[in-house]
Amino acid sequence: MTAVPVSWYLLLAGVLFAIGTAGALTRRNGIAIFLSIELMLNAGNLALVAYSRLWDDHTGQLVVFFVMAVAAAEAAVGLALFIAIYRQRRTIDINRINLMRW
Amino acid sequence: METAVFLLFALLALASALVVVAHRNPIYSLMSMVLTLFSVAVLFVLLGAPFIAALQVLIYAGAILVLFLFVVMLLNLQREESPGGQPAQRWAAVLGAGLFGGMLATLFWRTYRETPAAPLSERLVSLHALARALFEELLLPFEIVGLLLLVAVVAATILARRPHVPPETEAEP
Amino acid sequence: MAVMLGVMFNVAPIMNWVERRAAGLIQDRPGPNRVGPLGLFQPLADAVKFLFKEDVTPAAADRPLYLMAPALALLPAFSTYTVIPFGPDLLIDGRTVRLVVADVEAGVLLFLALSSLGVYSMVIAGYASNNKFSLLAGLRASAQMVSYELALTIAVVAALMPVGSFHLGDVVEYQRQHLWNGLTQPIGFLVFVVCAFAETNRLPFDMAEAESELIAGFHTEYSSMRFAAFFMAEYTSMAALSALGVTLYLGGWSLPGVDLGGWAGAALGLAVLLAKVALCMGVYVWVRWSVPRFRYDQLMRLGWKVLLPLALVNLVLVAAMTLAGWL
Repeated sequence: MTAVPVSWYLLLAGVLFAIGTAGALTRRNGIAIFLSIELMLNAGNLALVAYSRLWDDHTGQLVVFFVMAVAAAEAAVGLALFIAIYRQRRTIDINRINLMRW
Repeated sequence: METAVFLLFALLALASALVVVAHRNPIYSLMSMVLTLFSVAVLFVLLGAPFIAALQVLIYAGAILVLFLFVVMLLNLQREESPGGQPAQRWAAVLGAGLFGGMLATLFWRTYRETPAAPLSERLVSLHALARALFEELLLPFEIVGLLLLVAVVAATILARRPHVPPETEAEP
Repeated sequence: MAVMLGVMFNVAPIMNWVERRAAGLIQDRPGPNRVGPLGLFQPLADAVKFLFKEDVTPAAADRPLYLMAPALALLPAFSTYTVIPFGPDLLIDGRTVRLVVADVEAGVLLFLALSSLGVYSMVIAGYASNNKFSLLAGLRASAQMVSYELALTIAVVAALMPVGSFHLGDVVEYQRQHLWNGLTQPIGFLVFVVCAFAETNRLPFDMAEAESELIAGFHTEYSSMRFAAFFMAEYTSMAALSALGVTLYLGGWSLPGVDLGGWAGAALGLAVLLAKVALCMGVYVWVRWSVPRFRYDQLMRLGWKVLLPLALVNLVLVAAMTLAGWL
């Protein structure tokens, strides 16, 4: 038995996820939005590890492993995109990257 | 003792997560993100997942965020330029996120408050068991993720390359 | 534990002296020789000097980050020592005590994770100084560290493969019974050594300092004890990485042919480990004054097009050899 109930971890994961969501919705800086999404991913990871603890099953931990790998891929491509966009438009403010919007 | 450690790092994670979201300077956001990741890694250790904790620090804090930092400094992003959408829009977003998170948290709390955690087993903590599961049951997803990473590296290289100049050796992940 | 602490804190001043004397030796000049016999007390004098110098913060600096960076440099440098084993198991009151500060299964991972945080101090120092040279140095540092970490990690994985454990104690145990990894995996060892130079920002890879190009790189604006902190962090992480290299490739605390138990074994283990680390530090200094600095594009090319493929080849080779049962 842990001294700390697993539900506390889940609660924390939920709150962290909400913070991330709020950030992703309100920020205008591309990098900041990206960071907020990473925060949401991390909250998800925390929940997964907490579940794996709850049911004594390491599949949760393995899923976290995959999430990390995918996050790395996402960061690489996303940041490369930002660099490419910045070269063209001198900004990564998403309000000004509106070429595709009508 | 364990409760104290949990509370300390949970609060640290929450506070730094707020800074990540709220600070207008991307560098500060990034640094507090490192703190968040580190606190969550400590929580992973408490949950009996030292391997995941080490990976979290190694991959997330040690590699992904360094890349972020590299890009922020390369583009010399100081502060956000536009003040965002209308205030109403912002408040709606915050409120929505808060509602959503609140519901999520309540759901978690209600459902699992009563469920006692299974005793910490060797199976959960041991690296050998993790590796066995990863390379036996989940071998196909593992290979697919490997392929995905390869594709991502190629894509990133092509995207970040300057057009029409001889390719330079750029730092890519 | 106490001994380790003592060692950790004394590495920097000792190395300061060794480096300057060796520089003198190699360049055929005396080096510091005024303070005490052979200039041995020079580090003390330097420490006093650092303490009494004025601590300057540039007006345009990003103050909180600027003040935080030196502390960030010290933290990973010191904490990585905890996973290095420094002696055989000890029996105290019927309990087996493993001679390592943090006895964790994923010891190597912990080491790599902590040392990967070292780059932040440089990047943040470079950014917060608000100086274009520092900023350039920070950029260089971040790209360089991430690039070389890759090859380093793959080399380390290859070294662990025949052992089948992430625990550094097991790695030493394995090497006591078999050949040293450095002998069976020369390619991996070579890659590790080169990456170690790059990771600690030592010549020929000190792109983040490069005094002929960037004044003093990321710590241009730092003075007094804050500068000393960077200085200490550099030497301490050099010693930490040397200790990891010794443990992975050169048999750690073990000495072939000698097998002592109890306290004598522990003392000997510690002495052997320290001697080996000292040897590595000597090589660091020797290389620094012998090899000119790389150009930045050469550095990147070396990392991505030479070291990484080499490390991968080594990994496959070692895997095949392990499967075939040769290791």
